[in-house]
Amino acid sequence: MSQLQLCLVLSSFLFCIGLIGAMARSNTILVLLGVELMLNAANINFIAFWRYGPDHAAGTGILFVLFSIAIAASEAAVGLALVIAVYRHQKNIRLQEANRLKG
Amino acid sequence: MSASTDSFLERAPIEARDWLVQLLPAPLQWFTHHLITIGAILAVFGLFFAFTTVAERKLLGRLQNRLGPNRSGLPKFSALPWHLKHKLFGLTQPFADAVKALTKEDIVPAAADKLLHFLAPVLVVAFSLLTFAVLPFGRNMVPVDLDAGLLYFFAAGSATELTIFMAGWASRNKYSLLAAMRALAQVISYELPLLLSVVPVVLVAGTLSTNEIVTAQGGWSFGILPHWNIFTPWGFIGFLLFLVAALAECNRSPFDLPEAESELIAGHLTEYSGFKYALFFMAEYFGLTALSGLGVTLFLGGWQAPCDFLPFIPSYVWFMGKLVMMIVFFIWVRGTLLRLRIDQLTRLAWQFIVPLALINLGNAAFWALTASWAGPLQLVRLGVSLALVVGPFILLGRRLNIGRGPRTYRYATS
Amino acid sequence: MTLALILLSVLILGSAAVAIALRNLIHSALLFVGCWAGIAAFYLWAGAEFVAFAQVLIYVGAVSMVVLFAVLLTRQGNELEPVKDDSFNRFIRALIAGGSVAGVLLGAILGTPMDVNTASPAPTMTVRELGARLMGPHAAALLIVGVLLTVALLGAVVLAAVDRSDQPEDAP
Repeated sequence: MSQLQLCLVLSSFLFCIGLIGAMARSNTILVLLGVELMLNAANINFIAFWRYGPDHAAGTGILFVLFSIAIAASEAAVGLALVIAVYRHQKNIRLQEANRLKG
Repeated sequence: MSASTDSFLERAPIEARDWLVQLLPAPLQWFTHHLITIGAILAVFGLFFAFTTVAERKLLGRLQNRLGPNRSGLPKFSALPWHLKHKLFGLTQPFADAVKALTKEDIVPAAADKLLHFLAPVLVVAFSLLTFAVLPFGRNMVPVDLDAGLLYFFAAGSATELTIFMAGWASRNKYSLLAAMRALAQVISYELPLLLSVVPVVLVAGTLSTNEIVTAQGGWSFGILPHWNIFTPWGFIGFLLFLVAALAECNRSPFDLPEAESELIAGHLTEYSGFKYALFFMAEYFGLTALSGLGVTLFLGGWQAPCDFLPFIPSYVWFMGKLVMMIVFFIWVRGTLLRLRIDQLTRLAWQFIVPLALINLGNAAFWALTASWAGPLQLVRLGVSLALVVGPFILLGRRLNIGRGPRTYRYATS
Repeated sequence: MTLALILLSVLILGSAAVAIALRNLIHSALLFVGCWAGIAAFYLWAGAEFVAFAQVLIYVGAVSMVVLFAVLLTRQGNELEPVKDDSFNRFIRALIAGGSVAGVLLGAILGTPMDVNTASPAPTMTVRELGARLMGPHAAALLIVGVLLTVALLGAVVLAAVDRSDQPEDAP
């Protein structure tokens, strides 16, 4: 197995761990962190393909990861603000109980 | 500069290391090279920490009209036929303190999260030592010359926030947790001014490498005026902003609200005792030293000598001298200024320092764009830059105090 | 090099898996921080220095703080509430879904011939080149990301802010 394939295996396992976390846990914060893990797995792929790809000088992989990190950060900020808003309304953050549209 | 590059003292530490490394077989050389660097940093800054504490206590004592620690001398060895009578001005105090901290009982609260309670002091020292890796201590004496060195410095520094949280939460004490939250709020809100005050330097030098930033500040005008960043208008105000933000980042007086000794117990360190407390103490001083070193690197010309005819003194001596001056300045501030309230702290950050730092960024951009101006235009450049510093300073300073006269007390007579 | 990659993978995957499984939220958040730091180490391994430090600065420095504050602000009275009945079923279903996705991805990766030159030295990209790229061909994207971050942070503040007008804090 080549190193590129190892990197891809790492990223796909990380993606699946994130997916399982996002689906199995009922705590909204952990679901959000699972989504963050999936984003990170995608970033690993970008860096791996930049490392072993043909055109290093263009640096497309690195640039894409930088933008992706920025978006992940804003996603975490908005997501956790939503978690706090939900907690204020229903006094817990179980995702299954957040099923009302009216506060 | 040409004469100094060849002077023996300048090259001595590097050559000693290289001589030691080449004695070993090839596979071990890379490893030993870094091991020696790490050992040197640990030894130098460990001792520096020890003597900073005693200097702080003695200087504070003098500022408050008392003597400070002056009793601890050498221990009397009864086996020896003689012993030193002199107390050595109390300079051995830190070693006595270390023995005291080591032999104290280590109390862990019964309800505490044992693992995190143990990990917090260990990690805080580790993270604060990591920042030393990119400081250029002398010519060719930067431990790791990273292309993104400045970013590394702040990345390693931001990890210490995590340990504050770990210490507060793992103690399972509500006062510890509250104090940790307060400390975090302060550290996080002053991270922005710190970064913003550093960005102009990066903008003008055009690099994130600490080594190249120092090199860019080399050279003298008329042989006596060095080209350090602090001698430009934007660099001067940037340095002042950096000093304030660094004080707040290190939780030092006048920004020592998180562990205000005279009001709170010890903030998030309430449940720590013995050697773990000493480790936190150590990390605080390491953080202070690292930030001072960064200030020296970015604004005070790093290891560059101040005058044309002085470079015969080795570069690392200049660096350490400037570092000691910064530390003494911090101690002086601690002995002079009063502690701020939490609302004053946040108002200062958001209404004064952040806007000023943003304007300063524009100022530095102007300075970098007009680098080619010559002759009388240079005076115009200096004038515009000075106006961009003084004007906002006065205007923002006035606005900061509008509607805030002397404080009135409702239930007490003043 | 390969050994370092395998060790890093074990660190990243192990901390992520344990973090997902733990019931103590603070511990799992701290393990997530370890996982993110491991990913930053992977970037360093791959030669993307700038991205690695950006990852540490943003994830270990900023996102972790937001997560920990959120955990503390939304804590229940008793930390370990009993496991609900449907949790086990959902876990099984999530495991099946995740396992099948992993299987498909693994099959695709191992089945594709990738004749890349692994012996080539790690490429480097200086910060100067990266900055030139960002400000040159990708300047529009950079601007949009800046606007997005500003809007997102303002929105987060608006969402999380408490409306205190109905219950004055300093009532006598």
